[in-house]
Amino acid sequence: MKPRYKRALIIIAALIAIGVAALLILNALNSNIALYVTPSEVAAGKAPQGQVFRIGGMVKDGSLKRDGLTVHFVITDLVKEIPVAYTGILPDLFKEGKGAVIQGRMNANGEFIASEVLAKHDENYMPPEAKHALEQAQKNGSNASSNGSNK
Amino acid sequence: MIPEFGHYALVLALCIALIQGVLPLLGAHYGRHDWLVLARPAAQTVFLLLAIAFGILAWSFYANDFSVLYVAEHSNSQLPVIYRLGAVWGGHEGSLLLWIFLLSTWTILVAQLSKALDDFMVARVIGVLGLITSGLLLFVLTTSNPFERLLPAAQDGRSLNPLLQDPGLVFHPPMLYMGYVGFSVAFAFAIASLLSGRLDAAWARWSRPWTTAAWVFLTLGIALGSWWAYYELGWGGWWFWDPVENASFIPWLVGTALLHSLAVTEKRGGFKSWTVLLAITAFSLSLLGTFLVRSGVLTSVHAFATDPRRGIFILIFLSLVVGSSLLLYAWRAPKSSMGGKFSLSSRETFILLGNVFLIVSAGSVLLGTLYPLLIDALHLGKISVGPPYFNSVFVPIMVPLLVLMGIGPWASWKQSNLVAIIKRLWIAFLVAVLAGIAIPLIMGQFTWLAGMGFMLAFWVIASGCMQIVRQSKAGKPTRSFIGMQVAHLGIAVFVIGVTMVGAYQEEKDVRMSAGDTVSVGGYQIELQGVSAARGPNYQAMRGIFLLSKNGIHQINLYPEKRSYFSSTMPMTEAAIDAGLTRDIYVSLGEELDDRSWAVRVYYKPFVDWIWGGCLLMALGGVLAMSDKRYRLKLKNKFS
Repeated sequence: MKPRYKRALIIIAALIAIGVAALLILNALNSNIALYVTPSEVAAGKAPQGQVFRIGGMVKDGSLKRDGLTVHFVITDLVKEIPVAYTGILPDLFKEGKGAVIQGRMNANGEFIASEVLAKHDENYMPPEAKHALEQAQKNGSNASSNGSNK
Repeated sequence: MIPEFGHYALVLALCIALIQGVLPLLGAHYGRHDWLVLARPAAQTVFLLLAIAFGILAWSFYANDFSVLYVAEHSNSQLPVIYRLGAVWGGHEGSLLLWIFLLSTWTILVAQLSKALDDFMVARVIGVLGLITSGLLLFVLTTSNPFERLLPAAQDGRSLNPLLQDPGLVFHPPMLYMGYVGFSVAFAFAIASLLSGRLDAAWARWSRPWTTAAWVFLTLGIALGSWWAYYELGWGGWWFWDPVENASFIPWLVGTALLHSLAVTEKRGGFKSWTVLLAITAFSLSLLGTFLVRSGVLTSVHAFATDPRRGIFILIFLSLVVGSSLLLYAWRAPKSSMGGKFSLSSRETFILLGNVFLIVSAGSVLLGTLYPLLIDALHLGKISVGPPYFNSVFVPIMVPLLVLMGIGPWASWKQSNLVAIIKRLWIAFLVAVLAGIAIPLIMGQFTWLAGMGFMLAFWVIASGCMQIVRQSKAGKPTRSFIGMQVAHLGIAVFVIGVTMVGAYQEEKDVRMSAGDTVSVGGYQIELQGVSAARGPNYQAMRGIFLLSKNGIHQINLYPEKRSYFSSTMPMTEAAIDAGLTRDIYVSLGEELDDRSWAVRVYYKPFVDWIWGGCLLMALGGVLAMSDKRYRLKLKNKFS
């Protein structure tokens, strides 16, 4: 076979491989992305419907209740509160009054059914998404008060 | 006073590293022999100074010197000595110092073991390494000085994160860094050859064992990290597609491509530009990995407290390294010749195809890792890309790669009869199909994914066995041939482990009181009770579980829930009964009401084969490195 054909064939094979990979990637990206949403956004109805997403925020003090293996707690950005249910073993660093990131979907009763509660390595570390949610809520809160509302 | 000496040693090391980075390169360019010979002594001095600095930091940990901020933040007087030493690289500053110290260790090894190379090449290689060393030392001195003082000194340290108080921490980071940093040698060889315009087979022969060495360390480092996460994090998984895991895995994939491409360059003089590009990419990705881990831009289990200055510095350094080396590449690489011609069915083609698959898979992992960053930077919202993405993209790309692994080694260089190879391989194909059907049926449930996994693994094994038979008929096989076979066998063993765990593991989260029994994978696990226990720097609740099979008692398992005195964070210590064909994994959750406990039990068939496969890969690398032809050359030059 002539070198020119050979090179062409190799290039075509490589292009096909890359094309297939790109197709797989786009497909996988489409169905496997979880959006981060703050509790305020959930309360405002901005959460994706019937889809998995993530909430970052604080676990409200005194909200943790156990019911066998299922735990109920409230996640908050200090403005809005979202009730959460999770069945299984919580990670070591999960605590009331600390930041957390949870993944799951909303059920019909407005309760967030978590499929995953994310743990971090370090107790002094705040998940950036939880921090982001608190900052966001604070910013909106101060905007509201400067607009003359009582909040 | 002692920590100040450490700081002083770092400053001196920076000055000498600058000399090491600048003068030999200029000397090689202008042909000034008196500048060029400075390379080795400068590298030796930098190594000595860094060893002193590292030793002093270790001493500060050993002596509990809490007037050093870094020690106060990462150690504690109650911490056992071995973990105090491990704590040296338990945080950001220390692990960077380790990075640089290992870089200078590689440099000194190159300096000592390259006596047979001509002075110009050595000067260039050591010079490039010197520039990298200076850049990173500048980073440490300006943003992350481990010797910073804390005044007044702390009474006691904040202690090491309990998760890190484990033998795994003592070995995982040095191994991983040894691999990361080791690619700098391949990088330096590539840059040196571009500078000199001598991209030839001799260059490939020289950088090959170094690249293999780095790859072996990286393989072991990743495997250790995975094993550590498995037993220490209490999650029972072996890979999470966490950004930081990916940051080490992407260079591994590119490094694997580089290993194979170097083989073509050495044996046939082909793929030169491609090999150089891979060497540059592998090291750049190692740096990118460092950036991702150290800058805290990614949400990860490895995230440390962050300082934006650090991220920016590494980003600038990264762009300088990548930019200048690519510029040099664009300028010099086209001048190199194409190398030997080869036909479409030849070993070269198979290696090239394998390379394409490895690079595409590395690219897809990189994309998934960086995508959330990209979206965030464009203010399109915050997202996370989960493990399903990586599984559904990465696994399909590995399928053709494994198929190729069974065929490629049969092909001869330059020209090869593909039809004859396929005819010869029908036995291997038969073995693979049988294994793909039989093993899932024996395990009790057939799934296509499991069938595919076993088929591919046994395809590689059978093909490898046939190659060994053929080779030993033809004469004594070389070390590098055995090395290749062992490493490929490692891949197959790894695939078996992954397939078994993926298809047949059982996981149960249950609520148990004393006397309750849960059964998993044909085993019964009975909770006898939970009682208090005490360790050197923690107290714990310890569960006592009786593991039995068919009513016969096998062993007791003692998972713990620890609370360390110096930390408010509880720690789950799983209990694992490890075995060749299965692990039983028990970990204690929280205490529920009425004295019952949340308990997680796993049955993990063949999970240890995952790490066993990695060990085999590393062993294969070591065997290939010890091949005669690399040693002969040294001997000839000495005599």
